[in-house]
Amino acid sequence: MLAACGLTSTDQLFGQIPAEARIHEALNLAPGISEFEIVDYFKGLSDRTSNGYASFLGAGVYNHYRPVVVDTIVSRGEFLTSYTPYQSEISQGTLITIFEFQTMVCQLTGMDVANASMYDASTAVPEAAMMAVRITGRHRILVAKSVHPEYRMVQETYAKNQGLPIEEFGYDAETGQLDLADLEAKLSKEVACVIIQTPNFFGIIEDVKKAAELAHAHGALLVATFSEAASLGILAPPVDADIVAGELQSFAISPSYGGPFAGIIASKEKYIRQLPGRLVGETKDSNGNRAFCLTLATREQHIRREKATSNICTNQALIALMATVYLELYGKQGLRELATQNLAKAHYLGTKIRPHFSGPYFNEFVAAAPAGKTPEGINEALLEKKIIGGLPLGRFYPELSGATLLCATEMTKRADMDTLAEVFHS
Amino acid sequence: MIRKVRSHITQNEDLIFERSSPGKVGYQLPALDVPEADPSALLGAANVRGEIEGFPEVSEVEVVRHFTRLSTWNYAIDLGMYPLGSCTMKYNPRINEAVARLEGLAWSHPYQPESLSQGAMEVVAKLEDALCEITGLDDITLQPAAGAHGELTGILLVRAMLEAQGNPRKRILVPDSAHGTNPATAGIAGYAVQNVRSNDQGMIDLEELARLADEDVAALMVTNPNTLGVFEENIMRAAEILHSKGSMVYMDGANLNALVGVARPGDFGIDVMHINLHKTFSTPHGGGGPGGGPVAVKKHLAPFLPVPRLKRLKDAFAWDYDVPQSIGKVRAFYGNFGVLVRALAYILAHGGPGLRNATVDAVLNANYIRHKLAPYFDLPYNRPNMHEVVFSDDRQSAKGVRTGDMAKRLIDYGFHPYTVSFPLIVHGALMIEPTETESKQELDLFIDAMISIAQEVDEEPAKVTSAPHATRTSRVDETTAARKPIVRWKP
Ligand SMILES: Cc1ncc(COP(=O)(O)O)c(C=O)c1O
Repeated sequence: MLAACGLTSTDQLFGQIPAEARIHEALNLAPGISEFEIVDYFKGLSDRTSNGYASFLGAGVYNHYRPVVVDTIVSRGEFLTSYTPYQSEISQGTLITIFEFQTMVCQLTGMDVANASMYDASTAVPEAAMMAVRITGRHRILVAKSVHPEYRMVQETYAKNQGLPIEEFGYDAETGQLDLADLEAKLSKEVACVIIQTPNFFGIIEDVKKAAELAHAHGALLVATFSEAASLGILAPPVDADIVAGELQSFAISPSYGGPFAGIIASKEKYIRQLPGRLVGETKDSNGNRAFCLTLATREQHIRREKATSNICTNQALIALMATVYLELYGKQGLRELATQNLAKAHYLGTKIRPHFSGPYFNEFVAAAPAGKTPEGINEALLEKKIIGGLPLGRFYPELSGATLLCATEMTKRADMDTLAEVFHS
Repeated sequence: MIRKVRSHITQNEDLIFERSSPGKVGYQLPALDVPEADPSALLGAANVRGEIEGFPEVSEVEVVRHFTRLSTWNYAIDLGMYPLGSCTMKYNPRINEAVARLEGLAWSHPYQPESLSQGAMEVVAKLEDALCEITGLDDITLQPAAGAHGELTGILLVRAMLEAQGNPRKRILVPDSAHGTNPATAGIAGYAVQNVRSNDQGMIDLEELARLADEDVAALMVTNPNTLGVFEENIMRAAEILHSKGSMVYMDGANLNALVGVARPGDFGIDVMHINLHKTFSTPHGGGGPGGGPVAVKKHLAPFLPVPRLKRLKDAFAWDYDVPQSIGKVRAFYGNFGVLVRALAYILAHGGPGLRNATVDAVLNANYIRHKLAPYFDLPYNRPNMHEVVFSDDRQSAKGVRTGDMAKRLIDYGFHPYTVSFPLIVHGALMIEPTETESKQELDLFIDAMISIAQEVDEEPAKVTSAPHATRTSRVDETTAARKPIVRWKP
């Protein structure tokens, strides 16, 4: 091959790189190792983690069972090793799975249109806020304090560089729900959107309708987010929101130390041209058969460049496919039963450990440590029983430093909940 | 002649919603070990939803067949060469999938105690170290979820540094050959974009650059090798011009596959760059994602990296949130960790010498294609290329056949098309990136196919302009799709 290129050494392949830009010694990286050694190494790492522990952590990342079929499907090379489906004629498989994904996201959230996925909810939320800024021509953003703290941090990073002022509004210390009076006081003609989460970070279900009424009365949009998608199996969808930006990690996506997950962004039909990212649409091929393709690309960076609605290119397609397979397996009945099981488990735990807030909760709730105890101390004691306790809230909410966020899902065993309650109260 | 493929039967398949029948299920849940819950009583009736209208109801075998049938309508690297320029479609080793699914890694929760996360944190540490060594840069964040997200992170770092010096500045310079994410990123980061015209060799024009560079420029975003697959030989001069004005040089690392083990951006004047783990380090593209977009920086940008930073204590790793000058977070938690596991496995499997060999093979393969196809297709910039080569449809368009037509015809020959109409500075571009994992046999088949198509353009152009002919879906009407968008199924 070298000869065919008119060369005599592989070094000549790099002749165009100036000598001072090249490295002349080998990289300081060990030589390659075999497959067996790689497995052995990563097994060693896997053992130095929480493997074998029961856990009551939720807080944006949930333990739900992943049916075996999900891995069977996403391991198929035709899905795993293909690129973004720009060449429709040989990408109908991927295109149709995305079309089904978009449809089910709409069905679950009550929105009219949904895109092909975002990186995760923490980045979908600022994209939704940017949409609202473009739609309303306003610049202020109001965020509920009960939105996931990490989503708020990412929102802050995005907004501060675009000159978008952000203000937070509080939660009711009794119910854990939105402090609507605080929201109303902070609303004005400059507010582009109000961002709320339901169930919120404390696991409490918000009154989306009331929040929407307040926002709309001031000409602002309502952006609703969620981190526990399993709740959508039983909870009324946030139809009063204008944009929904959320996280589908609950649908067959393992916690994987925080990613990769699958974010979604969905909205009312009239905002379709402001959506970020890829969209799949239905059309026909030249023989008149139904076919699918990427569409409305004039919103996107490869066409619109600096005027694009977003810079996103690569998204989370394969992870979105996991959620798609999961939703089709569970279906109408399964999703409801899944949600009801989560509700039952968490409320069983709620009978053993009293929830701190009085608002309705789905599968997690805040609990205050008994007098003389700290959430951290309780967690230490639990570790000895191979149980990871809840998330101590002090790091995000100083006013809740004596409290912990506990989650139970369909994977949580009654015996572990009993042990948790015992240690909690002992 | 078409040698690589012949047609076979594929199954028809409806949308899942059209396959549904009431009462069918494909899931199993264990029996409840706690008392049942009454949703209306616990949540309030108004908070409980009714049935989800139109939601699927199918059995497990129907789900398996649904997706298996659909999968056969896709092309994939596992089926053959996928020469999409700029996308680095190389083989994805399956060992990477296996280790990413190990229980302790796949089921680690981001908020579990650090004492129970040391194995996962070691993945982060090892990958950070390897990528710094490969790029010649001093520090790195693995938090960004993809290339474009890395670009945004990198430009925000530049902005934070300039702001700390008192003035964030106004403009970002972007060559006209750049990928669309570059200008889009600059816009989102709050900068005005100024295009830099390439010279007649398709490279950065130093005179033009010197003219545009001033104290209002925050950074130049440069891709190297550039999107023509050519190394910017004046990169060090360009960096000097910018640095003399206090501006930074951002490198889009999408083409790092041409450099690993041969040259390091840190050595040729780059201040900050992103790396696409899903390109150079072979984590699968998965039909469009997920990816990983680590951002590596020189020392002067390190204080601004996103939180948390991984701290290496004497005998443990710890997450550090106390970074006063940090830009904050760009994504929840620590990034696409599962993708990081795969990239590290790839680096360990190759090792230093193996990574360099991959680079050599990638560049050799692309040069081989250039030499073999140069007699048949126009080379607008006839220069030694690196990992990819860009032709134009100049000769064929004279006969009414465009790059997009030949791309579709390539499908009939059993290949995925090359990248069409990018970079924008080449009219009618055919951007071909074979990667190192293609054998000479596969390359020769591809070259034969391209030559055969060039002949068809001369002899029977209609065959090319109406392609593909062998696929189950013929040419798709994208115009109608955009005119009246139908983006969801409805009953
Ligand atoms: C040159 C170049 N820059 C940037 C990107 C964006 O990277 P990503 O798709 O990972 O966001 C791409 C890939 O599509 C690219 O080819």
